[in-house]
Amino acid sequence: MIKNAFKRALWVYHINTGGCNGCDIEIIAALTPRYDAERFGIKLVGSPRHADVLLVTGPVTAKMEDKLKRVYEQTPDPKVVIAVGNCGASTGVFHNSYSIRGPIDKIIPVDVYVPGCPPRPEAIIHGIAKAWEKLEGKK
Amino acid sequence: MSKTVNIPIGPVHPALKEPVRFTIEVEGEKVVGADYEVGYVHRGIEWAGMRQNPIKTIHLSERICGICAFCHPLCFVQAIEEIGDVEVPERAEYIRVITAELERIHSHMLWAGVAAHEIGFDSILNLTWNIREKVMDIVEYITGNRVTYGMLQIGGVRRNITEKQYPKIREATQYYRELLDKIEDVFLRDPTIRMRSRDVGILTKKRALELCAVGPTARASGVPKDVRQDFPYIAYPDLDVKAIMPEEPIGDVYDRIFVRIREIGQSADIIEQCLDQMEPGPILAEQNVAKLLADLQNFEGEAVGRAEAPRGEVFHYVRMNKNEAPLSWKARAPTYNNVQTWPDMIVGEELADVPIIVASIDPCVSCTDRVTLIKDGKEEIVTGEQLHKLSVLKTKRVMRR
Ligand code: SF4
Repeated sequence: MIKNAFKRALWVYHINTGGCNGCDIEIIAALTPRYDAERFGIKLVGSPRHADVLLVTGPVTAKMEDKLKRVYEQTPDPKVVIAVGNCGASTGVFHNSYSIRGPIDKIIPVDVYVPGCPPRPEAIIHGIAKAWEKLEGKK
Repeated sequence: MSKTVNIPIGPVHPALKEPVRFTIEVEGEKVVGADYEVGYVHRGIEWAGMRQNPIKTIHLSERICGICAFCHPLCFVQAIEEIGDVEVPERAEYIRVITAELERIHSHMLWAGVAAHEIGFDSILNLTWNIREKVMDIVEYITGNRVTYGMLQIGGVRRNITEKQYPKIREATQYYRELLDKIEDVFLRDPTIRMRSRDVGILTKKRALELCAVGPTARASGVPKDVRQDFPYIAYPDLDVKAIMPEEPIGDVYDRIFVRIREIGQSADIIEQCLDQMEPGPILAEQNVAKLLADLQNFEGEAVGRAEAPRGEVFHYVRMNKNEAPLSWKARAPTYNNVQTWPDMIVGEELADVPIIVASIDPCVSCTDRVTLIKDGKEEIVTGEQLHKLSVLKTKRVMRR
């Protein structure tokens, strides 16, 4: 894993589909000095067209559904999708609401799930590492 | 309103939060019109909350916003407690204050980093987020969780803060007090940040009152509004809280930075006062959840819970009529008031200033989704990423001056 890790930097695009921000701040915490995911070459990018990995949070609201699909289509292959947080994996606490179209895997294929509400930054980095393995295998 | 193609969240940078979309009209570099569209994250939380018992809803209301994960449930339980005349033990009220103030420190640090990022100082973003980890540690130490705390219960709190934990909390407040001067050096006395924030995005006192701005946004415009001072709740009546305002408020971005940085110190003071004044005692009015649930079914009436969140006043209205689920629940977050001040602040400014102005109210929906540029009558689409680049370029320009 570590041997492969430095072959190529992993570019990550993050999309919030209606989560509560909890996961999103933990993703940023994972990138800032305490957890420092950037030292592994994991970098957040500003456009899905540059990304290898999609980090998706949130239960997918009605208004975000088609946008999530479009981001998925815009991401070049090979790509992996990570669902961060309980509400992305199962819609979590929002399960009985009318405006929820999720969970994420109902809309786009998901490769890695990171459970937790929100998951700790370490868990998010672990999820990305798993995605990495999958990506290396996919090529 | 806008005729742009709608692309999801658009740019996502380390400052991201929820999706929101802007339409900004410019003439050259000057902004002449601005509009915004929200609603991408509508999850029907209130609807769901009216179909389940209030104890479950505490956890749901925590997830209205992960950053104000204490203030929303706090308002909700306060409203329920008022309906049912639940007597909350005093120690629980102090513990609630401590958690609320820790949340304010973490939120303001988070915001300071985001603001620095918006004007192109990513090193400061990393610095402030590193400093912020200290308060995250303390939050985890006393609540068991970093972001959503799960601390509240109707009639008190679920976890005690033991005497053994005091020294560590004091150490953290001391840490922030000592660092405050350095943080002020970085944010308030740095010439570049000053140039980028002084006289930018002004919201006058009159307009702040008219638009019902709340929280630091209102205080920076010279409106001394603070729920902790005006309508003290939980243990705040016993504590010394004064709304923090700049000496001569202009209502620009600089003043909003000033208010937030000073509030970090204020929160540290409040936490220490709590630790000094807290008496040992029970922390929960009703230990037995089954009994509490049965009691809740006899609650009848309506009440309002309010609290000063890091971003301003949160307000919850609850009505119960002897049923398991509340008959009605309405939550109003501070950003709801504050977004209305955006057009006022943005119009007349340069396009490169838009990111920092948008971020300056500390919106809960902060990712500049997409912008329509109307240039010579033609529409051009700019992504938030390009906008961010413009902002960074401007910082470089003012630094060279
Ligand atoms: S999983 Fe939990 S913390 Fe994460 S976005 Fe969903 S509700 Fe928020």
